[in-house]
Amino acid sequence: MEKRKERIDRGIKARSEDIFALSSYREMLYLLVPRAIPVVGLLFLAPFLSPYWREIFISTSVYALLAISWDLLISAGLVSLGQSLFYGIGSYVAGSLNHYYSLPPILTIPIATVAGGIICTIVLLPVLRLRGIYFAMVTLVVPLMFSRLVEATRILGGTEGLTGLTPFPSPWVSLYVIEIAVLVTLFGFRRLMGSDWGLIVKGINDNDRSVMSAGLNIHWYKAQVVFLGASVGCFAGAFGTHLDMFAGMPGFALDYSIMPIAAAVVGGAGSFAGPLLGAFILVPLSEILRSLGALRIVFYGMFLVIFVVGLPEGIFRFLQRKYHQFERWVEVS
Amino acid sequence: MGRSELKKEGESLLRVEDLSKSFGGVLAVDGVSFELPSGQLLGIIGPNGSGKTTLVNLITGFIKPDRGRVIYSGNDITGWPPYKIVTLGIARTFQMVKPFYQLPAYKNLIIPLCSPRVKAMAGGKYGERDAVALDLLEEVGFERDSYVSYKVASSLPQGYLKRLELAKAIALRPDLIILDELFSGLSLAEVASIVPIIEKLRFQGKTMIMIEHRLKELFRIADRVMVLNYGQKIAEGSAKEVMESEEVKNAYLGSEE
Amino acid sequence: MLIGTLVYGFVNSAILALVAMGFNLTFGISGVANFAYGAVYIFSGFFAWILLNSAGLPYIVCVIGAIVGAGILGILMYYTVILRVKGIALSEVMATFGLGLAIMELFRYFDFVGFRYTLPIFFDGSLSMGEVYIDYQRLIIALIAIALTTFLYFFTRYTKIGLAFRAIAQDERTALTFGIESDRIGALSMAFGSALAAVAAIVILPLGTIAVEGGYEVLINALAVCIVGGLGSTVGILVASVLIGYAQTFTANYLEPHWMILVSLIAIAVILTIKPSGLFGKQKELEERV
Repeated sequence: MEKRKERIDRGIKARSEDIFALSSYREMLYLLVPRAIPVVGLLFLAPFLSPYWREIFISTSVYALLAISWDLLISAGLVSLGQSLFYGIGSYVAGSLNHYYSLPPILTIPIATVAGGIICTIVLLPVLRLRGIYFAMVTLVVPLMFSRLVEATRILGGTEGLTGLTPFPSPWVSLYVIEIAVLVTLFGFRRLMGSDWGLIVKGINDNDRSVMSAGLNIHWYKAQVVFLGASVGCFAGAFGTHLDMFAGMPGFALDYSIMPIAAAVVGGAGSFAGPLLGAFILVPLSEILRSLGALRIVFYGMFLVIFVVGLPEGIFRFLQRKYHQFERWVEVS
Repeated sequence: MGRSELKKEGESLLRVEDLSKSFGGVLAVDGVSFELPSGQLLGIIGPNGSGKTTLVNLITGFIKPDRGRVIYSGNDITGWPPYKIVTLGIARTFQMVKPFYQLPAYKNLIIPLCSPRVKAMAGGKYGERDAVALDLLEEVGFERDSYVSYKVASSLPQGYLKRLELAKAIALRPDLIILDELFSGLSLAEVASIVPIIEKLRFQGKTMIMIEHRLKELFRIADRVMVLNYGQKIAEGSAKEVMESEEVKNAYLGSEE
Repeated sequence: MLIGTLVYGFVNSAILALVAMGFNLTFGISGVANFAYGAVYIFSGFFAWILLNSAGLPYIVCVIGAIVGAGILGILMYYTVILRVKGIALSEVMATFGLGLAIMELFRYFDFVGFRYTLPIFFDGSLSMGEVYIDYQRLIIALIAIALTTFLYFFTRYTKIGLAFRAIAQDERTALTFGIESDRIGALSMAFGSALAAVAAIVILPLGTIAVEGGYEVLINALAVCIVGGLGSTVGILVASVLIGYAQTFTANYLEPHWMILVSLIAIAVILTIKPSGLFGKQKELEERV
């Protein structure tokens, strides 16, 4: 007797993916619990960690922000191989404002977020007119060239970078600044992608000509996506700068590009929660494997390949499916 | 910008003058001119590769012409980007259907409903548009209260996708609708069920251009027919006049000499 | 000074063209952007070095071995990874990028770092042309670049497989109906692209040491040339190489060497603003043909 696996959606899903019919507190809880996990985890887990792991918790959150930003770009069909462009620009804007004009972090971070977002959008604007892999090519090339530019022209501190920047008043301040930023970005982006605007962005990824013939300027929408994604990345950079009290060429290094992509792909693109999950798996894992040195990057590379080829939905979607569906074996006659 | 103010009395809604476009030395559209008065249905026929779809792409701004002008409602729209042309009131469908495959059918219509043109005409907030979308789907023949409207577009059969394509054009509340081979790939029964929808649109006063291979259905509803061959207009007139033209016979059947 | 700049500018252009040619060939034929290209480049270098120093084979055997090895690596990458995500551009980019990272960093992990990793030059000595001295190796680079370009030109026009390449590049589905197997041609395109990377590595690497960073460098140079010249266009690649090559050499000689990198950046910025698809690029944004 042969059997096959049958998957049935739970009853509270009505008609389509995003319409729920709720009839009891239990069912509300059912939807609420998964959403509460990141909130509780990010805000209340840290006090129970040792100072060493708390630091890793913070740097994981920085990578998570970059990964979420990557996920926003991919939802409009833009593959970024250079999240470090955003990190580096944000870091240098905040760093130089602090270094040359002695502005405090409370000003430099917001300015770097917005101004950095604008700078990155202007840099990437011409590529948005092209389809396919041009965006990936340019985002890979530009940050590495920017770091060479800094090296060659010796501007912004040259190879030494800008050091001795203002730190956060206490580790707790930095912790809660970044965790709240992650939560705001996570739920903000999820909300945004569920709105009409998000629908249009998904439409551009699906079929740009159709969006064009619906009377919408796709370049304008893509620019908005890039601005939002870049701003989040620049925030991460500005935050990291004040955390490390240093802005320099490492900000443009490949590390800040590879880790977020790996996190987003492993966690699963398209939900924003996936990249967050991915970051919280990969970054601590890589910390545990610190002794392996260069082999860690080999692992990230292999993770990328394995997940892209073998499990393109990512871990998060997999878990989501398990949560939302009954599975049972039925006999095939 | 009301179009009635810009439009001179007695002028056509759409005027195409000497439109030409070549791809790598091949003239895809060669000096085509025609006029389309408001409220008429113009059929465009011609053998495969005669430049029909290119002509549509030129009018709707997806390709920029090498020569010639497109004047719509008194505006010279030559070389405008597609989204601006839509805002003036020209909607089109694609021969190869282009739905948003990942979205449910009714969500497909939210995107045109978000266009500046519809927003200016209808208003409406997030959520309210869903109801409008379902109404539109019913208009093009999606059964109301069935699950079809909620299905992801990638799981719909071709007949529904073609209707969806039509609904996306209607959603824009256009004055001129260009249908690029809407009937291709459909069964006779499906065609028969879409024809009344087009007749209804005509009754509502929409101006239309239909590119079609199904001559029988087209001739029944078209006011005028234009024939293209190798990018050139070889005949224009009523269905009867066109079919009696020697050139048209040659183009379709191959010349004898 | 001027003649020297002209000669060295030509060599520099030849290096860029050599580096970009393989990447462009694979993309031009099968539409696969091989982001593991830099990895293949240094793989060839290290592979030749291992054959030479650990296996002690004659150099000419090592050269052939490295080129064949790179070709096989390309085919392996195609069948194990690319084929499974073929047609999904985003997945292709990420998969090849990840693969490249893994290969390059694996070399770093096994400690392939240092000055001893060099390939021998073909002929020692240099040629003097008036006051300009140029070593034979650079001359060979220029000659090989010219020879390869000519070879590819005739190959794609007059051989069966070359014509199949062009058929696939122009219209995959139509080519399929003529009995051209697109999977096999795709694998071959990866093999040829990778073999070209190996040729580039064999002739260019003797000028310096083989280093993992060189892989990233090569990928970035290849991408820069392709962005400026236009993806998929051989003429574009040649023009862009000459343009960037000479601009870099002139900057290095008349301004300062470390401003060289600015040239590529400015070239990319200017091209992207004026003609985003590159000088000879065919990537159109919204055009739809008949």
